[in-house]
Amino acid sequence: MERVVDPLAQKRSLPAGNAGTIAFIVMVAALVMAPFFTYPLFIMQAMCFALFALAFNLLIGYVGLLSFGHALYFGWASYVAAYAAKAWGFPPEAAILAGTATGAALGIVAGSLAIRRQGIYFSMITLALAQMMYFVALRAKFTGGEDGIQGVPRGHLFGLFDLNNQMTMYVLVLVIFLGGFLFINRIIHSPFGEVLKAIRENETRAISLGYKTDRYKLMAFVLSATLAGLAGATKALVVQIASLTDVYWPMSGEVVLMSLVGGLGTIFGPIVGSFIILAMQYKLSSLGEWVLVIQGVIFVTCVLVFRRGIVGELANKLRIRGL
Amino acid sequence: MFTIFGVPSAVLFGQLLIGLINGSFYALLSLGLAVIFGMLNIINFAHGAQYMMGAFAAYLLLQITGLGYWPALIVVPIIVGIVGVIIERVFLQWLYKLDHLYGLLLTFGLALIIEGVARNYFGSAGLPYSLPDSLVGGQNLGFMFLPNYRAWVIGVSLVICFGTWFAIERTRLGAYLRAATENPTLVRAFGINVPRMITLTYGFGVALAAFAGVMAAPIYNVSPQMGSELIIVVFAVVVIGGMGSILGAILTGFGLGIVEGLTKVFFPEASNTVIFVIMAIVLLVRPAGLFGRRA
Repeated sequence: MERVVDPLAQKRSLPAGNAGTIAFIVMVAALVMAPFFTYPLFIMQAMCFALFALAFNLLIGYVGLLSFGHALYFGWASYVAAYAAKAWGFPPEAAILAGTATGAALGIVAGSLAIRRQGIYFSMITLALAQMMYFVALRAKFTGGEDGIQGVPRGHLFGLFDLNNQMTMYVLVLVIFLGGFLFINRIIHSPFGEVLKAIRENETRAISLGYKTDRYKLMAFVLSATLAGLAGATKALVVQIASLTDVYWPMSGEVVLMSLVGGLGTIFGPIVGSFIILAMQYKLSSLGEWVLVIQGVIFVTCVLVFRRGIVGELANKLRIRGL
Repeated sequence: MFTIFGVPSAVLFGQLLIGLINGSFYALLSLGLAVIFGMLNIINFAHGAQYMMGAFAAYLLLQITGLGYWPALIVVPIIVGIVGVIIERVFLQWLYKLDHLYGLLLTFGLALIIEGVARNYFGSAGLPYSLPDSLVGGQNLGFMFLPNYRAWVIGVSLVICFGTWFAIERTRLGAYLRAATENPTLVRAFGINVPRMITLTYGFGVALAAFAGVMAAPIYNVSPQMGSELIIVVFAVVVIGGMGSILGAILTGFGLGIVEGLTKVFFPEASNTVIFVIMAIVLLVRPAGLFGRRA
């Protein structure tokens, strides 16, 4: 197995360190203040995408597996959550759980197929499987085809909190996002995470040390798909729509872009990247198809001159570890 | 007219023909991918976009200069191939020492740029490109009607595919190419300009995609997204066949086209997904792919 990204993360694996703690506190403070200064809906969406990108980054950054089909878990979880909330009348917590479970189940199936091949083939397999399930979503009755599932009710959380109140919803999304972030951080710095990094660096050696690397890879894959599912399910309640956009291949490309811009294999990079890409889409929505071109240019630029991403380059320049 | 498994023969053979046509494009594109991957170690995600460029170049050539299908078949691959050479020199040559994944990401970015530009100028709707006059009409074979153009596409694809196979496996140039794939340093020591060979290989692969695009223009509409949908299927084809063997790529391409055509007859709901399902099955029983060496 080849080496992937970011020499930074390899140097040490300290539990977030001082810089990491400070960055975390700043991030939480910013997210708590944000809804008073800007559109809460935008920040909520951005947090969903940030969690999605964090989940994706768990695979590429720490196991060295580039999944090009993460829209599959995100999009299908969002369909299932939306359908459960709308057609079955599930309360929001159960709808999100159903969506997350969908992500996990799809992750088990797709993951056990994809880890049978390595490197570039892995990426092509994940992309192809995602495309297959896109066609299924296009055909299936419950997804509403081109219309998607619209008007998804947010409902009352635990029967108590009315999520139609934007601020209550905001708190829920913030809690889910931070929970996901801390969970991923915990994975990365656990013994399990160390084995993942060992696989990224040298799979053959990890095997010779007695690790069943396929099991570790599958486990990481399923965790990533589950968290992507959580992000997708939450997003369905936030924007109250589940649509084909979320399962289509450009969405898989977008999450790659978000992580790449922020910094593959960094802890905060995917968050920074998703806020930037999403803000860009809002600001530039009047440009129509040029957004596609701009995204392409960012891809090319990042790969050629900016491989560590914003957070990676910054941390490298300031010699900070644990970002 | 007779029936096979309750399906009228004309329908069956009609779908088989469509399957063969699709298979021709799968074969041409996966062949190009395999050639490029062999030499550059890069999965060319922009392959679909370059195929689309071929179709658009043919369309523009007709609109602007009035040059029709036949000149386009020669001129377009050369033009788009030159674009490929430029892409290799400007972007790709910096990536050879890096992980494969960066090549995929960069060419994905290029694909977005090409598709985005095309959508801006031509919209998402398809543009028509008419058949060359000399290939209008068809033959009645008794059991089915065979349009001339489709017969031509299948025939030419076969010739190009096997020509490429012959050139790579049976000629001196091909031997250099294969040697450089195995050990570029040693081949350079023999005084062969490997970097130039790499550049030209990429140009050739891109020209092949553009050639397929010109051939596709009269069959499918010329549209900006014609490439991106196709390339994902071709990826599945490549996973099934494995990129180790040129002949394998060709056979898998045509074979899967036929399977897809048959699925359209017997189980139309699955026709979009059947290739992906086959890919999943192949991964289960033969993880290295039908013709692949264990990576």
